[in-house]
Amino acid sequence: MVYLTRAEHFNAAHKLFNPAWSREKNEEVFGKCANENWHGHNYDLFVTVKGEPSPDTGFLYDAKKLSEIINVHVIEKLDHRNLNLDVDFMSGKLCSTENLVIGIWNQLAPHIPAEIKLHCIKLYETPRIFVEYYGGV
Amino acid sequence: MSTKVAVFRKEHFNAAHRLFRPEWTDEENLRVFGKCALPHFHGHNYELIVKVVGEPDPKTGYVVDLKRLSDLIKKEVIEKFDHKNLNLDTAEFQNLNPTAENIVVVIYNLLRPLIAKEHDLQIRLYETERNFVEYPV
Repeated sequence: MVYLTRAEHFNAAHKLFNPAWSREKNEEVFGKCANENWHGHNYDLFVTVKGEPSPDTGFLYDAKKLSEIINVHVIEKLDHRNLNLDVDFMSGKLCSTENLVIGIWNQLAPHIPAEIKLHCIKLYETPRIFVEYYGGV
Repeated sequence: MSTKVAVFRKEHFNAAHRLFRPEWTDEENLRVFGKCALPHFHGHNYELIVKVVGEPDPKTGYVVDLKRLSDLIKKEVIEKFDHKNLNLDTAEFQNLNPTAENIVVVIYNLLRPLIAKEHDLQIRLYETERNFVEYPV
């Protein structure tokens, strides 16, 4: 089994805010991340697929085509956007990196070609904070 | 040969912003600023590098105490901008477009009065890994 990872990035605004809570409780739980006017990050996204190299090409899958899939179904929805306001698959969800990585997985999984499997999505919110998701399993 | 030494301190802040001119139409703003003008803001992990140049003090061996420099940068810059919306939350960018160029000049002007006159000061600001600015040059 070989694992192929494609790295992409997007720049986005967000805030951590539970609408069912008071402003004070949001500030107590989320601190500065609850700023009502949002803050932002350069997110780094690593999409890992797995499979066996093709005997014809030596590729698991063409990394340029994988990049196009990620860009069409994820990056174009997120880059230079407000995650709380602009992103259909985050509507009604708290915009934590944890929820975002699950949303990204669910966006990508239906578009991954049959010859490979989606293995892991790793998402860096900052150089020091990142999450990983391996699907619902 | 000069015996001056350059010392550097890195700090970071995560902020939302939007690039636009309020007197322009939406179309004009999008044409000039592209995705950076999208109305609901986007964001970055800004990385700030402050360079101070001077002679090491013969008693301490320091050009400046880097812990004190860090405290100064945090108090004068980071606290103003971290986890904020530069357009909405900061006095400095109420009427100034928060491009990386304008931000770096603002940061220089915030710090210059607080750094000893005999020391040179230069600021480098990364908006993303690939886009960064320096001032003065």
